Amino acid sequence: MSYFEFLSQYSDRIVSGTFITMALTVLAALLAVAIAVAAGLIRMAPNFAVRGVAMVYIEIFRGTSLLVQLYWIFFVLPLFGITLEKFTAGFVAVGMNLGAYGAELVRGAILSVPKGQWEAALALNMSPAKRMRRVILPQAVLIMLPSWGNLLIELLKGTALVALISVADLMFQVKQINGTTFMSAEAFGTALIIYYVLARFMITPFMRWLERFMMRKMGRA
Amino acid sequence: MDTRDVSGFPLTLEGDPTPMVSFRKVTKSYGSLVVLDSLDLDVAEGEMVTVIGPSGSGKTTVLRMLMTLETINGGVIYVDGEPLTHMPEGGRLVRANNRHMRQMRSKIGMCFQHFNLFPHMTALENCMEGPVHVLGLSKQDARERAEELLAMVGMAEKRDQHPSRLSGGQQQRVAIARALAMRPKVMLFDEVTSALDPEVIGEVTTVIRKLVSEHNLTMLMVTHQMGFAKDISDRVCFFYGGRIEEQGTPDELFGNPQKERTQQFLSAVKEAG
Ligand SMILES: Nc1ncnc2c1ncn2[C@@H]1O[C@H](COP(=O)(O)OP(=O)(O)OP(=O)(O)O)[C@@H](O)[C@H]1O
Ligand SMILES: [Mg+2]
Repeated sequence: MSYFEFLSQYSDRIVSGTFITMALTVLAALLAVAIAVAAGLIRMAPNFAVRGVAMVYIEIFRGTSLLVQLYWIFFVLPLFGITLEKFTAGFVAVGMNLGAYGAELVRGAILSVPKGQWEAALALNMSPAKRMRRVILPQAVLIMLPSWGNLLIELLKGTALVALISVADLMFQVKQINGTTFMSAEAFGTALIIYYVLARFMITPFMRWLERFMMRKMGRA
Repeated sequence: MDTRDVSGFPLTLEGDPTPMVSFRKVTKSYGSLVVLDSLDLDVAEGEMVTVIGPSGSGKTTVLRMLMTLETINGGVIYVDGEPLTHMPEGGRLVRANNRHMRQMRSKIGMCFQHFNLFPHMTALENCMEGPVHVLGLSKQDARERAEELLAMVGMAEKRDQHPSRLSGGQQQRVAIARALAMRPKVMLFDEVTSALDPEVIGEVTTVIRKLVSEHNLTMLMVTHQMGFAKDISDRVCFFYGGRIEEQGTPDELFGNPQKERTQQFLSAVKEAG
């Protein structure tokens, strides 16, 4: 079978797998951003106990393997009465894992907003919440956007693991195709290219656009 | 030094007129470094007091304490007759909580050496931020107030520019308008011209002169510009080692300094140009 025949025969499954991968990526990214902001802010709380919660979360999710976390969420949580459908378990695991890395980005960006900005906001008598939301966070976003570009590519790559709990993503599809055709080079080669294209020609340009958009909004363009 | 005992201090300042700002035996230290050493300083309502002195003498610290950007280690600061760093509770003074400080802080505005405008907001938005989100003014009212103040500092035409598009002198003028938009009773200026190119210093000093002549604001200003200090101040305080070494009217202090350290400092400044 030529590569063209291979493609024409299996393109349906490859395309559907690609869409599942994209859906997983978007959902996991949204979850990761939400968790990152929450954990990043809680990590900076004045109260040690409150701060501790976020620290433990970040430590656990950064310190252990994403695959093990995925298995925990899919196979172990049901033992405690929390059963997630496999697609959900997939993006939740990836989102929670990358959210822990993102939390450190959020914290780092907040800390690198110049001290004078906090002081000016305090001198205007803004409440701590307003200082954060209206003055510090908008500037922190601009600082951390480039690092988020890298993190989202990691996240995309991380989604390939959900094939191991049988979510029908790109990786799962090409594994199946490989199992029936034994055309490993074609199957995994196609997957390689698709992951690369998604990362370089979708995520990277999107993040560039987002950066320019934010810069313009802040009058820096 | 005792950091807690404020039992000898009055709950509120009585007497007529009450000073607008009063430092009473204020001590500030970082570890073993004593930056303000039992400082006493009163500023009357409507008075313009300039603080001069060598680097590290505690000038900035005085303003930062008053803006509640630093905590106090000893003594009490009063603003408008009421304690700022402390609050009355059960008939004695205790450390001010956040609520008390927020209430008192509304009387004070500050301008910084490096302007510290919010870079993601236009000049106008910078000036509306506090009125809308702290004072609770409507957008409409806040805009009117901000536009009026921007016009006063000569920045009306640049109101829709972000700080990155403005020169240092322009940014500092916006920063002054932003602080004034909160209608403070006391304005603090910390070397507001030090980061500026010589040719634009005048735009900022002109604004401050205007404030002095047209508004009844109480002002405390740190500056290295002796000529400006001489022109504009009601009183000049020479700081040395976290204390006021000498103070007086500009004529007294610049024309006939009594203390040796003052004389040395002034002649060193004169030589530097
Ligand atoms: N956060 C801090 N931690 C430790 N030391 C500090 C801190 N802030 C200020 N100091 C020290 O306090 C002293 C007084 O500082 P301050 O900024 O009030 O001086 P200044 O009179 O404004 O000097 P300059 O003319 O250089 O601005 C200095 O010795 C400074 O190093
Ligand atoms: Mg200083």
